[in-house]
Amino acid sequence: MSTLNTLIQGVLLGGLYALYAVGLALIFGVMRLVNLAHGDFIVLGAFVMLGLGMAIGVPAPVALVIALPFMFALGWGLQRLVLNRTLENDLLVPLLVTFGLSIIIQNGLLQIFSADSRRLTLGALETASYSFGGVSVGVVPLLTFVVAVAVVAGLSFLFYRTSLGRTLRATSDSLPVVELMGVDPRKVFATAMGISFLVITVSAFFMGVRANFDPSAGPSRLLYAFEAVVIGGLGSFWGTLAGGIILGIAQAVGGSISPAYQQLAGHLVFLAVILFRPRGLLPKAG
Amino acid sequence: MAAFASSTATRTSRAALVASLVVVVLLAVAPRFLPRSATQDMLQVFLLVAMAQCWNLLAGYAGLISVGQQTFVGLGGYGLFAGAITLGLDPLLSVALAAVVVTALAFPIGALVLRMQGAYFAVATWVVAEVFRILLAQWMALGGGTGMSLPGSAITNQTAVHWVSDAFEVRAAAAREIIIYWIALTATVGVIAAIYWLLRSRLGLALSAIRDGEVAAGSVGVDIWRNKLIVYAIAACGTTLAGALYFLSNGHISPDAAFSVLDWTAYIIFIVVIGGIGTIEGPLLGAVIFVVLRSTLSGYGPWYLILIGALGIAVMLAAPKGIWGTFSQRTGVQLFPTRRRLAAILPTPTESEARHADP
Repeated sequence: MSTLNTLIQGVLLGGLYALYAVGLALIFGVMRLVNLAHGDFIVLGAFVMLGLGMAIGVPAPVALVIALPFMFALGWGLQRLVLNRTLENDLLVPLLVTFGLSIIIQNGLLQIFSADSRRLTLGALETASYSFGGVSVGVVPLLTFVVAVAVVAGLSFLFYRTSLGRTLRATSDSLPVVELMGVDPRKVFATAMGISFLVITVSAFFMGVRANFDPSAGPSRLLYAFEAVVIGGLGSFWGTLAGGIILGIAQAVGGSISPAYQQLAGHLVFLAVILFRPRGLLPKAG
Repeated sequence: MAAFASSTATRTSRAALVASLVVVVLLAVAPRFLPRSATQDMLQVFLLVAMAQCWNLLAGYAGLISVGQQTFVGLGGYGLFAGAITLGLDPLLSVALAAVVVTALAFPIGALVLRMQGAYFAVATWVVAEVFRILLAQWMALGGGTGMSLPGSAITNQTAVHWVSDAFEVRAAAAREIIIYWIALTATVGVIAAIYWLLRSRLGLALSAIRDGEVAAGSVGVDIWRNKLIVYAIAACGTTLAGALYFLSNGHISPDAAFSVLDWTAYIIFIVVIGGIGTIEGPLLGAVIFVVLRSTLSGYGPWYLILIGALGIAVMLAAPKGIWGTFSQRTGVQLFPTRRRLAAILPTPTESEARHADP
């Protein structure tokens, strides 16, 4: 029964990692950018919601709703003002600019909020759980997982069923061609980053209600997100969800042996995937 | 038909070489005249220069952007501690042993992370560093998660301490610092010389070809995988050596300090980017600027790091070649040129002009 319990907790944890990861996968898919500040933006989102709670006293879910448009605008503006300037260059400039952003965000949050561990509160819901035949499942982890599936489904719908999605995919496939069609790739990229920031905000909410966070928590979120993307392969958002779940299970199994091995087990599964299936488990066709 | 002779040397570069030798000699005798705090700062500059040159070799010449060089700083430091404490070796011997063992380890690590490309390579190197951080935090004989200090016996029994202590009429602790200073200076000069030599060799030519166009380089017969792996291991060797010397000088190690992405990757990247990526001069200039900034601004806490991040971004966007690169582009001055220039066109002996040719 404890094995089953570990597996279930792992799958649910994987939902959170998938939420971290799809925002990263979206940006990489559209503009081949690996945002090294991705994890720090997740932590920033959590602090924005915390700050809203502290400033105007709204409960966390309301803070989430208020934060969403703000974070979209932040992502959109970041892309228009900073990151679009980096994309004509090779790999180096975008990587190092996002790395610099990571340091700025971490230390900015440290300056404003101090190094204390924080948490977003949901009242009684935090500790509520369902029990199925001896396995106890927390409401919040379950809700995280359901939202992760919904976000993946929503993004898949957006990408493959809407006109915006068609533009995003076309921009990813060939910049010169979409430019001939009258598309301004700078705006498309800004929209994609805005959407990524919406996902970041949702994942920040669940990170904040599930566990403590502090200004230095970003880099490990980036690594989890990245590992989930690589394990899943870049075939689809569903692959990223699968990658997140595998990472979650690996961490839960490692953590059940010794708390010290939770992260280690996830990293080792990631390195094993690089070694044996460098294109991930569900790669892009062709 | 004509043959071509190429050269990388210029009149400026020959003068620079002579000037560098003079500077190295001056630096070597500096501990005799400067206060201990100054030599400690200079020691830091040397080690940062060595690490920055190694990162620059990867990113600026081989197009491999690593955010995981802290792997080798940390393994160098822990290699030193393991040798000095668990094997009871002389710390200096332990540093050398760490460099050899970790360089050997860099081949399988490199073979693994080089399966990823571009940004994926970058993040994979970071994951590897995290794996080692977690593993070494489990090594209780070396202090586990809280770390440990070098025992006093390992410090006082270090080779040549008594000799320097007598010659310079200083106490054992100061003599030890002077020895580490000399070794760090030697190691850094060695790393720079090795990288400079390497860049002017066939491997350097292959690297530039790979960086400028991997497919094209492969099509003219450059073994991309092998060249990248060799460069990765060379950079690992230099970084390990610098890391081991840092922790020898520091005397204390912990997993978080040894595998710090901020100290050993973010700062190093800042140094290379500010100074000028893809040049030998850039990291030298960048390290001096960084240490000056750090000593003037470190009292401002997070603001100092925010400034470092913002400066790095501004340079990347406005002047991606950095201070030295921009200066060099405007003036054409290169102290340590690595680019091959056509020195002479040599007619083949069958042509009558052969006699007049001046090779």
